Amino acid sequence: MNNYFVRRILQIIPVLLIISFIVFSLVFVAGDPVALMLPDDASQEDVELLRESLGLNEPFLVQYGTYVANFVQGDFGESYRYGQDAMSVVLERLPATLELAIAALLIALVISIPLGIWSATKQNSGIDLIATGAAVLGKAMPNFWLGIMLILLFSVSLSMFPVSGRGTLAHLVLPSITLGTGIAAEMTRLIRSSMIETLNQDYVRTAKSKGLKNRIVVYKHAFRNSLIPVITITALQTSTLVGGTLITETVFSWPGMGQLLIQAVNTRDMAIVQASVFVIALLVILMNLIADLLYRLLDPRIKYN
Amino acid sequence: MSHESQAVINEVSEDSIRKKPSSFKRWSKLLLRSKTGTVGLVIVLFVFLVAVLAPVLAPHDPAAINAANMLKPPFWMEGGSTAHLLGTDNLGRDILSRIIYGSQISLLVGITSVVVAGIIGVTVGLIAGYYGGFIDNALMRLVDSFLAIPTILFALVILSVFGPSVITLIFVLGATNWVNYARLVRGEVLTIKERDFVRAAHSIGVKSNKIITRHLLPNVISSFIVISTLSVATTIILEASLSFLGLGVQPPTVSWGSILSDGRDYLATSWWLATFPGVAITITVLGIIFLGDWLRDVLDPRSKAK
Repeated sequence: MNNYFVRRILQIIPVLLIISFIVFSLVFVAGDPVALMLPDDASQEDVELLRESLGLNEPFLVQYGTYVANFVQGDFGESYRYGQDAMSVVLERLPATLELAIAALLIALVISIPLGIWSATKQNSGIDLIATGAAVLGKAMPNFWLGIMLILLFSVSLSMFPVSGRGTLAHLVLPSITLGTGIAAEMTRLIRSSMIETLNQDYVRTAKSKGLKNRIVVYKHAFRNSLIPVITITALQTSTLVGGTLITETVFSWPGMGQLLIQAVNTRDMAIVQASVFVIALLVILMNLIADLLYRLLDPRIKYN
Repeated sequence: MSHESQAVINEVSEDSIRKKPSSFKRWSKLLLRSKTGTVGLVIVLFVFLVAVLAPVLAPHDPAAINAANMLKPPFWMEGGSTAHLLGTDNLGRDILSRIIYGSQISLLVGITSVVVAGIIGVTVGLIAGYYGGFIDNALMRLVDSFLAIPTILFALVILSVFGPSVITLIFVLGATNWVNYARLVRGEVLTIKERDFVRAAHSIGVKSNKIITRHLLPNVISSFIVISTLSVATTIILEASLSFLGLGVQPPTVSWGSILSDGRDYLATSWWLATFPGVAITITVLGIIFLGDWLRDVLDPRSKAK
């Protein structure tokens, strides 16, 4: 078991290396950052000097080697726009993004767990149709459009919540609902099918046939066991969740990593772009790892090989 | 005749029966049995026709600026007129015409990028699944790396490097979505290659590339079609998101996402600007999902049991 954990953690290394290579190649192709870093009237000599000091005259692989050495330490250079270490600029924005992501995840869980169970136990009933219908609709609606519609309804028409920004709990309501519903849609569907699968298991049938109350069978036998895949499902949503924050933050001017990243992309602040990609990728990888480990801890049937 | 070759013959004949082109009648019967499938097909056909016939259907030039007609509401509201059924935007452009033309970009980007993703993904999946070992390991680590970067983030990085355009958009979305196909196809290949007809082909010395193209590829096509359809739906949303962020399609080309983005600044006064393109996206995506679900039920009998 320990062996498995160690191997699983070691597997992160090649993944991070490949990500670093993809990002580095892209930035390499993007061309010279020097033009952006110097004022327009800089002389040719200044340009050459800066190129030399940044190591931009070295061959691709040498540059990549230096890059990896810095990458491992989380050093992505200075943001030319903020004049600070890119990583610290990104990390400053991380709490805002995590706040939004966690609030959205909670909303998603609160909606999808009861809805998923309910619709699974009453398959093809009215409730099931509404739940699955809502899930499909949630998937079909673009997240950012839902956000705009919520602003239109609750901020513009009803003046119940602020349009944008971060600070009070009221600020958090609309962005987290926006982000949460998209994830809830996907999770409801997955929880429903996981629950249906559990309800068809022999031990559930046995419990039913020996005359246990339906409620006890559903909650004590089926629900507990279908919780296991729910954990994996939740963790697998991390990537969607983080991707969703990028857009939701822009819609609501939420001062998180996503907003920072989109600004950085627009101003070609590559140091910030790279640092954010690194942080986000690491976040996703770690969440998947945690899910994998939890899954194996909770389900003794799974072998470690 | 040995037991094994008999099994091979059974497999082959089973396969050839399955491969027989299904008659139009059978398909339409299967389609009409599913209400959502029918609705899905109708929506998809409708959007497709709108996109193709856009120059005929659109009442106005989608890019025509008209200062006298700025921010006119839809026809049923006070101040609206039937000349602009869904109103006009901040530059006096006709919203309905812009939405009609926007369907072209959604379908173009949605479908072509899925084709790009499919070609890369299926190739990688076939190779990884068939050869196994080191190649499989290396390719799957590559897939893991791509999976660790949210699609939209990856798209943003590439667009920031190459600059936004329709072609870049298609390739970006293709280059980010291939991992799903690779994973799926690899998984399928792992089971198919253990089946008797592939083993038999091996034992009589059929070359690897022929086994891949003749025996493995046809057997993964149906799952490929199913996830492709659903993938078109998510890609349309992704394209709209990127265009909304200003990193997708650039003016004067119209995208539903960019109409929405224009409308965001006028929420307080002109709700219709941001509302209608979103409705268009939602209905289109809904139609594609319905169609995709129906295709899954028809092509993958295993899922029907659930």
